[in-house]
Amino acid sequence: MNKKRGSGKKIGDISQKTSSSANSSRLGQIKGFSIQFLPYSEIKDLDSDDRIKKILGILLGNNILILQGRITPNEEARLIGDTMAMIGHIANFRGIELAVISGNSRDSILGKMKKGIANALAGGDFSAITVMGPATIVKEIKRNPKKIELFLNR
Amino acid sequence: MVVKVFKNFFKRIFSNLFKNKREIKLGFYGPPNAGKTSLANRICKDFTGEEMGTVSKVPHETRKVQFKEKVEIAYKGKKMTFKMIDTPGIATKIDYEDFLKYKVSKKDAKERAKEATQGVIESIKWLDDMDMVVVVLDATENPYNQVNITIIGNLVARKIPVLIVANKVDLKKADIKKIEAAFPEYEVVGISAKFGDNLEEFYESIFRVSKKV
Repeated sequence: MNKKRGSGKKIGDISQKTSSSANSSRLGQIKGFSIQFLPYSEIKDLDSDDRIKKILGILLGNNILILQGRITPNEEARLIGDTMAMIGHIANFRGIELAVISGNSRDSILGKMKKGIANALAGGDFSAITVMGPATIVKEIKRNPKKIELFLNR
Repeated sequence: MVVKVFKNFFKRIFSNLFKNKREIKLGFYGPPNAGKTSLANRICKDFTGEEMGTVSKVPHETRKVQFKEKVEIAYKGKKMTFKMIDTPGIATKIDYEDFLKYKVSKKDAKERAKEATQGVIESIKWLDDMDMVVVVLDATENPYNQVNITIIGNLVARKIPVLIVANKVDLKKADIKKIEAAFPEYEVVGISAKFGDNLEEFYESIFRVSKKV
């Protein structure tokens, strides 16, 4: 994909305009990707290797992935490592952008305990949302504690 | 039974003596261009007279893990010996084209990108070997970057003591409060590795956190 490196465009703007063909030229070369939602139940019973394989498979298919919940920090590190191993070996692959937004990190000890028990019973942290995308499509994911903004390459 | 109690008692005493004298493996982790090598250089220069590695404005200057053994840090009458481990910056994406704007040739940029990807893999592998880690963040950047959260999450999972350093406080855009708000459970020290600002507080924190090792 020969993309122009621009100032980036918010995903909110893109989703409103992709339906209009008249506006498609204004979007530059943002085409050929989809947004995929993955419920946690789809990866809950997989081991770490298979989880990472599944996530990378989705990202390598030029998809932006919205995952219900989050993978473990150890899996995140392995995902980064596997991503690095692929750069230079897969054409046009330059890595990924990744962000997790989760519940309030300023919870009290009791609140954290409650959350820990709830997560253990549910089999994962469902209060979190993970957004990932290939770096060729996603220029940047800006996050603060309360929101995630996705900027796309043009 | 009595022999066993004595055996355990002496074992505990000797292991504690040994623990206090051994080298603590002190890792420097963080995203690229946060100032890990600048800080490691500053410490090494202060206590050994030698630097650890080269620094540059071009990201991913450190592409291999670098060591400095037996660095004895002395502060307010206390002494501790560290094996300092400076790691390549961890990133989720590396694009050789990003290096071209620093007037690096295309060939060198591609080579740099290739080495940088290997460096990230190496940094992640080394996480298991650390006794204590200084996470160096650029105080002018958004601390909610997922790389920072992933590094700290991995250290917590491995029960490795963490000290967060907010570097580049000499710059106008620096915002330590934002870093403190992002990581409220950790000690954050604002410093300027470039100018050596607030290193006293940093050394004090190093000694405090190293007690958890």
